[in-house]
Amino acid sequence: MARPLINVPAKAKKGEVVDIKILISHPMESGQRRDNSGQPIARDIINLLVCTYNDTEVFRAELFPAIAANPFLSFCTVATETGTLKFTWTDDHGTVDTATAPIEVT
Amino acid sequence: MIRFFVVALLAFAAVATAQKKSGYEFSSRETQAMQDDDAANPGFLWVQQGETLWNRRDGAAGKSCADCHGEANNSVRGVAARYPVFAPEAGAVIDIEQRINRCRTEHQQAKPLAYESDDLLALTSFVGKQSRAMSIDVAIDARARSTFERGKTLFEQRQGQINLSCSQCHDDNWGKQLAGSPIPQAHPTGYPAYRLEWQTLGSLRRRLRNCLIGMRAEAPPYESADYVALELFLMARAKGLAIDTPSVRR
Amino acid sequence: MTRLYRRRDVLATAAGGALLPLVPAQATPDTMAAAIKEVVGTAPLKPGKVKLDLPPLAENGNAVSVSVTVDNPMTEANHVRSIHLFAESNPLPNVVHVTLGPRAGRAFFATRMRLSTSQKVIAIAKLSDGTCWTDSAQIVVTLAACIEDL
Repeated sequence: MARPLINVPAKAKKGEVVDIKILISHPMESGQRRDNSGQPIARDIINLLVCTYNDTEVFRAELFPAIAANPFLSFCTVATETGTLKFTWTDDHGTVDTATAPIEVT
Repeated sequence: MIRFFVVALLAFAAVATAQKKSGYEFSSRETQAMQDDDAANPGFLWVQQGETLWNRRDGAAGKSCADCHGEANNSVRGVAARYPVFAPEAGAVIDIEQRINRCRTEHQQAKPLAYESDDLLALTSFVGKQSRAMSIDVAIDARARSTFERGKTLFEQRQGQINLSCSQCHDDNWGKQLAGSPIPQAHPTGYPAYRLEWQTLGSLRRRLRNCLIGMRAEAPPYESADYVALELFLMARAKGLAIDTPSVRR
Repeated sequence: MTRLYRRRDVLATAAGGALLPLVPAQATPDTMAAAIKEVVGTAPLKPGKVKLDLPPLAENGNAVSVSVTVDNPMTEANHVRSIHLFAESNPLPNVVHVTLGPRAGRAFFATRMRLSTSQKVIAIAKLSDGTCWTDSAQIVVTLAACIEDL
């Protein structure tokens, strides 16, 4: 699945604490499993997710293989101004992906 | 006298319906919560992708699903509640996956999508989601009858190394524990479903194969018509239950 | 009674519901202590402030919903700087390290984690004043019958 599922309220009042949810499609291969021929399956996880709000970092999560496949993360942030929440995540191959969600603050 | 029988039959049907439970009801509160929140239900990753594919032009004909069907919430609403159906042009009962692939080969002039490919799961769950909360109502007419009977036979016949039938678990022993889990009634209300065991979304065919492997019976290849027969029988048996695609199950 | 299935990890289910999970590689108390020490340093670990929300029983260990709330303000002067989750009997003790700040507004975090077996889960919150607070919960992880081959 190409795109993550991001839940950011479209509108919020200034100073309001809003809930943020993100769901990313990824197998989060733990490195602890073996295939049918007994060979270990290499670890392949998203190991870092950072959320910035108008370029200021508001949340950072370092993930380990114990995070479930198709990782789901939920946290809070204060609606400070109209702008963009940007999510950036990095996998074990060093691949960096991003997604954004707008928020209108009144 | 006839009236008495009709009343008796209706009473019987009512009891049977009252006892009919979706797999949702056999899920833990946490699994139900995961399904109920669209922002947390991982199945929506596929639904979202399915919407993208629905609107994407594909194949030699350069057509998208939307070019023929328009808005999915109008055109395919209810489809998942009444499939599988007998398709005259195919001369057979087909399920939604097969309908999608027939559309691809005939109308889009595109290659069919492989079973369990993310794209086929995405389109199937996007179509399925349009019927969410609708009651399952599959028609068994004369043309579908033999397929239904085949499905019923498969469900009821003992098979595999432990000589077990589907029915022995799901008709005779539902609600009891098998290892750490309650045995559900095997109503396919929410497919494609996100299963925690699989750590991904999977089709009803995959679920049926999973059961067969668990029974230590031979699982026919994905293309087998036996799966459609079982799907038809199970959907007819689930009549009246609500579609909850994309469901989350253990 | 008959055994209903066999899993490649040799996982036997006796009739009557008794579960005999063969535990795979496990974090040792030492690696667990080391992982915690890396976060906490020499600060004493105090019970309180942290609320770890975990179901007492999970029907599958592949995706267990978990949340952590810390009862503390989120101001510049006084806030939760980070939240950490550890699983005592997983192959690796670390689950997630979360960095927060006053911009969070509320010290809350939720995710879904893998638990290889029934065990104790530990949450630690580190505050801006350097103090470390903790909560823990015990969870039973059940295993399914009739599982598909990998």
